[in-house]
Amino acid sequence: MRNIWVIARREFKLFFISPVAYAVAFMIFLILGIIFYANVAAALAQQSAPTVQIVIAPLVTLLLFTCPALSMRALADEQRMGTMELLLTAPVRDWELVVGKWLGSFLFALSLIAVTWVFPIILNILEQPGIDQGMLLTSYIGVLLLVAAFLAIGVAVSSFFSNQIAVFFITLVIFLVLWMISYPAQAMGSTGGDLLRALDMSEHFYNTFYTGILDLKDIIYYLSVTLLGLVIGTMSVESKRWR
Amino acid sequence: MIKVTGLTKDYGSRRAIDNLTFNAERGEILGFLGPNGAGKTTTMRILTGYMAPTSGTAQIDGFDIMEQSLEVRRIVGYMPETVPLYPDMTVFDYLKFFADLRKIPNASDRVDEILETVHLEDRADGYISNLSKGMRQRVGLAQALIHKPQVLILDEPTIGLDPAQILEVRNLVREIGKEKTILLSTHILSEAQQICNRVLIINKGQIVAEDTPEKLQNRLTGAQRVHLRIRGSIDEAVTVVESVPGVSTVTVKSDNSMEFETAANQDVRPDVARAVIKAGLDLLELHPESLSLEEIFLELTRDEPPAPSIDGTLPAGD
Repeated sequence: MRNIWVIARREFKLFFISPVAYAVAFMIFLILGIIFYANVAAALAQQSAPTVQIVIAPLVTLLLFTCPALSMRALADEQRMGTMELLLTAPVRDWELVVGKWLGSFLFALSLIAVTWVFPIILNILEQPGIDQGMLLTSYIGVLLLVAAFLAIGVAVSSFFSNQIAVFFITLVIFLVLWMISYPAQAMGSTGGDLLRALDMSEHFYNTFYTGILDLKDIIYYLSVTLLGLVIGTMSVESKRWR
Repeated sequence: MIKVTGLTKDYGSRRAIDNLTFNAERGEILGFLGPNGAGKTTTMRILTGYMAPTSGTAQIDGFDIMEQSLEVRRIVGYMPETVPLYPDMTVFDYLKFFADLRKIPNASDRVDEILETVHLEDRADGYISNLSKGMRQRVGLAQALIHKPQVLILDEPTIGLDPAQILEVRNLVREIGKEKTILLSTHILSEAQQICNRVLIINKGQIVAEDTPEKLQNRLTGAQRVHLRIRGSIDEAVTVVESVPGVSTVTVKSDNSMEFETAANQDVRPDVARAVIKAGLDLLELHPESLSLEEIFLELTRDEPPAPSIDGTLPAGD
């Protein structure tokens, strides 16, 4: 277990000297701030009280597009630089390496998401009698689970390639497919449609966490995707030894 | 310490190493000599647990490299050929990272200690991206030594170093090799001669020779070759040298010097020197030429040419 922490800590620290991480943080905060300002201004004009959804909806979309950039380096760069050879000859289990890489990027995403908490706090001050605290909590729990799943997929993809750009786009394509896979559900009849809806990442978020509901099946869904990503990543690393 | 049995590795249809079998004892420095692509790196990568062999087994200190890979990796220190480094880390952080992965107690103290061993203590807080090639090589060596490994595997440890550093690394290796087992690859014969107790020559994935460096060279050098240079015309000297008993096969080199062969057990250099001077020529150089690794390879890997048939025509191909 200590190995996971050693690897995660290095990964986490590296984000703070990585221009990509700063670009991601800047993009998230800037766009989120603009949308937040526009929503608050519109709400003032219309005398309505916006919910925390004005923060969560754009945040989730931004994470959908930026998480591939946070996980693309994980194992791809180790393979490009040849340092994978040192990691695989150090007394570290393959799954410890993959989980450590995932944990490092998850912790960084966590600190980014923690900063976005300022928007609900401002909203809470502006509104009387304050925003729905339950919805705030479930939304953020949902965002964390979503990001955990996103990054696990990203780390798995980065284990297959040594080119970060390729990893970024392949990861993004996988995200978008999983995000929109339920679109044809209505045309597919009940069984096929239900299956697509069960696989869809956005369905598990917008219908429950986003509206203030905690449902065990959504939590299990995201944890399963996370686990699956980490298992695939581990298998991919293991398979490198046999080539 | 290292026990390799029938190790074979295929990359697709290409066989990189073929049925390698060798041993190395504690306190032994085993040299791995071979041209590029001979399978040196592949063998080392298998022994360090980086990749699995296609067939065959190997044991390090009694641990099977496949079944007990983690135990093997714990006691082995490995420096790959192109030292992999994190350029955006400081030397200290880099070594601390690997020390932590190896669960070394008081890792910071150990890092300071190893930095002193490789003479990089003043670069501890410098970024690896700013280091010279030789310094990077030493960081890699420090990484391999950080956990005081029982077995040290070094892939071309002196490549790209300046002569002073090469000497330093060789001394370091010799020092460590007194109580540890070292497997090191090189393509420099003199290096193997200086530091290795035993040399394995591999070519095309197979061991073609295995012996101490001295015996290996004696075995291969049936005849001794001597290099000679004089001032002025070489042609005159050729006739003089050829007349000395024991000299055979005189060849004139393009740079106005010559080489001649004598039987290995017979030193005719004094006779040659006297003859040359007696003939009134100025003797500039006279030294024995040792076989270079390339020549030893040619010797070991030479394909026998097809014997011409009795009537002098070449055998018909089909």
